[in-house]
Amino acid sequence: MSGIKRPGLAKDPGSESTPGMDPFADTLQRLREAFISGRTRPAEFRATQLKGLSCFLRENKQLLQEALAQDLHKAAFHSDISELIICQNEVDLALRNLCTWMKDEPVAKNLITQLDSTFIRREPFGLVLILSPWNYPLNLSLVPLVGALAAGNCVVLKPSEISKNTGKVLAKVLPRYLDQSCFAVVLGGPEETGQLLEHEFDYIFFTGTPRVGKIVMAAAAKHLTPVTLELGGKNPCYVDDNCDPQTVANRVAFFRCFNAGQTCVAPDYVLCSPEMQARLVPALQNAITRFYGDDPQSSPNLGRIISQKHFQRLRGLLSCGRVVIGGQSDESDLYIAPTVLVDVQETDPVMQEEIFGPILPIVNVRSLGQAIDFINRREKPLALYAFSNNSQVMNQMLDRTSSGNFVGNEGFTYMSLTSLPFGGVGKSGMGRYHGKFSFDTFSHHRACLLSHSGLEVLKNIRYPPYSDYTQKLFTWAMGSHLCTLL
Amino acid sequence: MEREVQRVRAAFGSGRSRPLTFRRRQLEALRAMVQEREKDILAAIGADLSKSEFNAYSQEVISVLGEIDLMLEKLPEWAAAKPAQRNLLTMLDEAYIQPEPLGVVLIIGAWNYPFVLTIQPLIGAIAAGNAVIIKPSEVSENTAKLLAKLLPQYLDQDLYAVVNGGVEETTELLKQRFDHILYTGNTAVGKIVMQAAAKHLTPVTLELGGKSPCFVDRDCDLDVACRRIAWGKFMNCGQTCIAPDYVLCEPSLQDQIVRKVQEAVKEFYGENVKESPDYERIVNLRHFKRIQSLLEGQKIAFGGEMDEATRYIAPTVLTDVDPDTKVMQEEIFGPILPIVPVKNADEAIQFINEREKPLAFYVFSHNSKLIKRMIDGTSSGGVTGNDVIMHFMLSSLPFGGVGSSGMGAYHGKHSFDTFSHQRPCLLKTLKREGANQLRYPPNSQSKVDWAKFFLLKQFNRGKLGLLLLTLLGVLAAVLIKGGYY
Repeated sequence: MSGIKRPGLAKDPGSESTPGMDPFADTLQRLREAFISGRTRPAEFRATQLKGLSCFLRENKQLLQEALAQDLHKAAFHSDISELIICQNEVDLALRNLCTWMKDEPVAKNLITQLDSTFIRREPFGLVLILSPWNYPLNLSLVPLVGALAAGNCVVLKPSEISKNTGKVLAKVLPRYLDQSCFAVVLGGPEETGQLLEHEFDYIFFTGTPRVGKIVMAAAAKHLTPVTLELGGKNPCYVDDNCDPQTVANRVAFFRCFNAGQTCVAPDYVLCSPEMQARLVPALQNAITRFYGDDPQSSPNLGRIISQKHFQRLRGLLSCGRVVIGGQSDESDLYIAPTVLVDVQETDPVMQEEIFGPILPIVNVRSLGQAIDFINRREKPLALYAFSNNSQVMNQMLDRTSSGNFVGNEGFTYMSLTSLPFGGVGKSGMGRYHGKFSFDTFSHHRACLLSHSGLEVLKNIRYPPYSDYTQKLFTWAMGSHLCTLL
Repeated sequence: MEREVQRVRAAFGSGRSRPLTFRRRQLEALRAMVQEREKDILAAIGADLSKSEFNAYSQEVISVLGEIDLMLEKLPEWAAAKPAQRNLLTMLDEAYIQPEPLGVVLIIGAWNYPFVLTIQPLIGAIAAGNAVIIKPSEVSENTAKLLAKLLPQYLDQDLYAVVNGGVEETTELLKQRFDHILYTGNTAVGKIVMQAAAKHLTPVTLELGGKSPCFVDRDCDLDVACRRIAWGKFMNCGQTCIAPDYVLCEPSLQDQIVRKVQEAVKEFYGENVKESPDYERIVNLRHFKRIQSLLEGQKIAFGGEMDEATRYIAPTVLTDVDPDTKVMQEEIFGPILPIVPVKNADEAIQFINEREKPLAFYVFSHNSKLIKRMIDGTSSGGVTGNDVIMHFMLSSLPFGGVGSSGMGAYHGKHSFDTFSHQRPCLLKTLKREGANQLRYPPNSQSKVDWAKFFLLKQFNRGKLGLLLLTLLGVLAAVLIKGGYY
């Protein structure tokens, strides 16, 4: 039960861990002790860490671009706009607002607390674990890190082993810019992650698949560790009959093919009428040719699939429905062509899992209502896209569905808006971050009420014994119309 | 069990619980239930905890009524979409956050304040537009039975259902899929709830407990401090998750504290505490025996009387308590107040930090610097300085734990937010595709530079500045497209 000494705090000489058995015990102990010392709490320390992050980004830009190119065949421009600049913006935002965010938040008082000081104090949780994925390995490691550091925590970052070049840079170079007593990068695969998860953390931030999300949450449950899980799903993209096909095709193709489709918020599949499909397909071809040329494989602007395993998985999906655009693949290059599939059934494999590749299935529906039903029959997605000139259609879609985020007539540019919380719902995740939401996510919101010893006479009414008179007075004073004051 | 949850889910799927008018009607019906059936409610709570009508009213019913009124007043404001600040890329778009219901919420209540700890979360869940399954604690069985009878009489029967039962039924219930689970209870079961929730990726709010420490400084008004501590400790016979569990103070204060607490007890409950109508009883024999065993080997300064037949335990204070003894190993949840002597505030801070983070932390002192230092040096769900319990009473403060005392929070707007999904929305127009040319490949270096310029610019110029920048963007796009760059 509760009350017993926290493990890892009181050193018990009789239970030293055997070296090699648990590679993380020492690191975690060190970080925990650093947190207990209070080092990470002052604003100056946190600002120094954030500035260190900023320097890391600026001084290693080329190194990072190269690593991202090696991992995902990312063009420098794409690395800039989807990773480096986003991280820089978040660091700058946090630095600019740190003191404001750290301030105690006064709250409204009621009748009985009028003379008290009432506020919410944001405090660090302690030791935070960030598990990041391979598709935007820098962004999805550093943006949460900004929030965790700004909130005053000590952090263990475990980047994905699949994006190994970026992982190496994070492990070798990043710690030089931060206080290493309060920050550590840990490398490894599923086995190491499992070992890590056996330890107790004060917060776990995970970005990845729902399957692993469940494992993380179950592990967190053993220690009652709160979690944020940024997961995924199949993001539907509804295209209404009332729209300009070329404009829609531009936006859908661009966001589908960005990073070779390996984006958790990419439009996963299209829902539209057969009539719309007939106009959309040539428009999509148009857009793809315009963006990537006649031979997309030679375009420097198209990414590659991260690994053989994912390549094989995606190649298997190419046989679903009928290919109307693309369909080519090259194993030696881990290249999958921008592909559009039609005549796709709900039961096809391509409609069973998150695609995470440059393949866009089109599923026909005969009406908005049918599209909404289709979407609601499935798990709540991370993002939901709707294209239409008709605001009524937009509102209906918005009102009758649920998703992590909703976008009308656009792709995922909203990800650059730090004023919008980013997170999923249902199987697509829990919790949120970006901007101030990151700071709040990595903080415990501690309710504080500071009263004083004087004016005890005002509090007398609450003490027993309750005479008839007191009871009547109490009941009258707390009459229902006055309850809001309480 | 599965059928019940399916039924409620289907009702939610119909969309009936979403319109604000519907939510208001349900909340008003709930208020009517509390007002019309007050006597039954007070009687049920009284039967479960040997509680006087007045105590049941002032400790539970009032909070419920207050919460309903707050929700009714604030619902339009809280449920409305909130516009979000935009950046250069999105400046002509609509960006906002829309609160939405999550779906089917499970509320698992506790037995110590069986009415408010079940109904207060329910109020939040209804206000946020959800369907709800309520599982009251079987330990407070009179209240559980009453809720099963009353709620269907006043609320929509398809959207809100009461499920009663013990461990077995709760386990079955936890196998089902929910969209949020709020559990109030102990740490051990909290872990079980979270583990069950993990299977469905269901977010949880866990209101757990722990040993809430109470530091009494040498420099404080000891009379007032002891009265307040006695009030918070012995209310509901100590069965309060945020009761001051134990006192930390300098050894020289012990005797005075004992005396003053004893005086307060006499003032509140009279010479013969057993006869006071305002003093409750331990909820059942199991807990009675558990608390009884905590007294073994302890120095009882006053109190210690017990009566198994009525499950009566007298207000008791222990002195010179050894931190390694049983009474300091688990949450007491009874009318026993151990005093653990410490040298000073620093030692108290260390003592507290060696233990699990508690649900509440209390400190009594005239010295505001010391109070600040103790708050800064510790962590807890909530804090009340120079009083106890009160941070629970203010619904603008989030009520919840941290570490093993819980996760998440509720009360007031925090309830509404807990039971909502805050969905960010970005609405663009299909026009002005020209302005998008910058981002599409193929990419020239100039395109890259322009794009970065726009991405990096933050939005702190006025509307004129925005307009200027849009025009600049379109101009840049046109120029690039036209091959001028």
